[in-house]
Amino acid sequence: MEEQRGTGAGGGGDGPVKGARAGGRAPSSHAPDLDRLIHERLRLGIVSALAVNESLSFADLKKLLNTSDGNLSVHARKLEEAQYVACTKSFEGRLPRTEYRLTTAGRRALERYLEHMEALIRATRES
Amino acid sequence: MTSSESPAPSAASGGAPDALHARAMDDLRYIRQTMEGAAAFTALSGWGGVVVGVTAFPAAYLAARAATHRAWMLVWLIEAVIGALLGVGMTVRKARAARQQLFGRPGRKFALTFATPMAAGAILTIPLYYGGMTAILPGTWLLLYGTAFATAGAFSVSAVPVMGLSFMVAGAAALAAPAAWGNVFMAAGFGALHIVFGALIARKHGG
Repeated sequence: MEEQRGTGAGGGGDGPVKGARAGGRAPSSHAPDLDRLIHERLRLGIVSALAVNESLSFADLKKLLNTSDGNLSVHARKLEEAQYVACTKSFEGRLPRTEYRLTTAGRRALERYLEHMEALIRATRES
Repeated sequence: MTSSESPAPSAASGGAPDALHARAMDDLRYIRQTMEGAAAFTALSGWGGVVVGVTAFPAAYLAARAATHRAWMLVWLIEAVIGALLGVGMTVRKARAARQQLFGRPGRKFALTFATPMAAGAILTIPLYYGGMTAILPGTWLLLYGTAFATAGAFSVSAVPVMGLSFMVAGAAALAAPAAWGNVFMAAGFGALHIVFGALIARKHGG
């Protein structure tokens, strides 16, 4: 997992980065203010799923988003580093259980992202 | 990014507004789908629980005044049917209102897992009733109803399995207590627990 750090489309590997400017290295720069942290598909999925649930376990998210352990943990960690999601680890019997929940910052980021997408659609419609 | 930095997508779009538009639409669709898929976990109606709980009190009152085992049984059977209709009906309503898929993957799993202990309860009721052991029916019902929510609750919000465990505790207590308290336990379980947890779910999970 570690080797993937910092190679994704977003920032976040460099500590808590709230907001949009983290992704200077991202390949497409069509919308400078876009929150790259949740622009990535799977991260957008994690945030969306958590937005309608108080909390979800790692297994819930994996099933919902139809992804692999490795992929999910990499992206979940990026969101965690940005403090968009909070994660609690516990044991259920002998099995470790990881629960994720959306933080206020994460919820705001999703709202901003939605507004941004809506604005994009409106703008292209008007032009 | 602060809210004052309002996005300026048209200026930023460069030369490919169509691709941007498509991507934005696609993103919104993906967000909606993901939310729908995840939200089936919360389709269970809290208000449904509250309403079912309210109907349990007159049922317990009538059952306590029933002259025969047959009449007592009939009261609770009718209450069970009313409760099931109300609970399922309100859950369907909640799912529709929130435009959630009721029988998405989590919904289907919830229904199947819930039905299994309920079926066991229904089957057990027959020999217990005909064998004259109606005294242990309240405890059995509470225990198995609780088991249904405790297990199916794995596919729902955390209040649901906790409610299930509370019903199980009520059932265990009813089985240990004198038979005469049966209707009181029924009112406490199917009445009070439904109302408390129903209100909790309604408040925290949108209805």
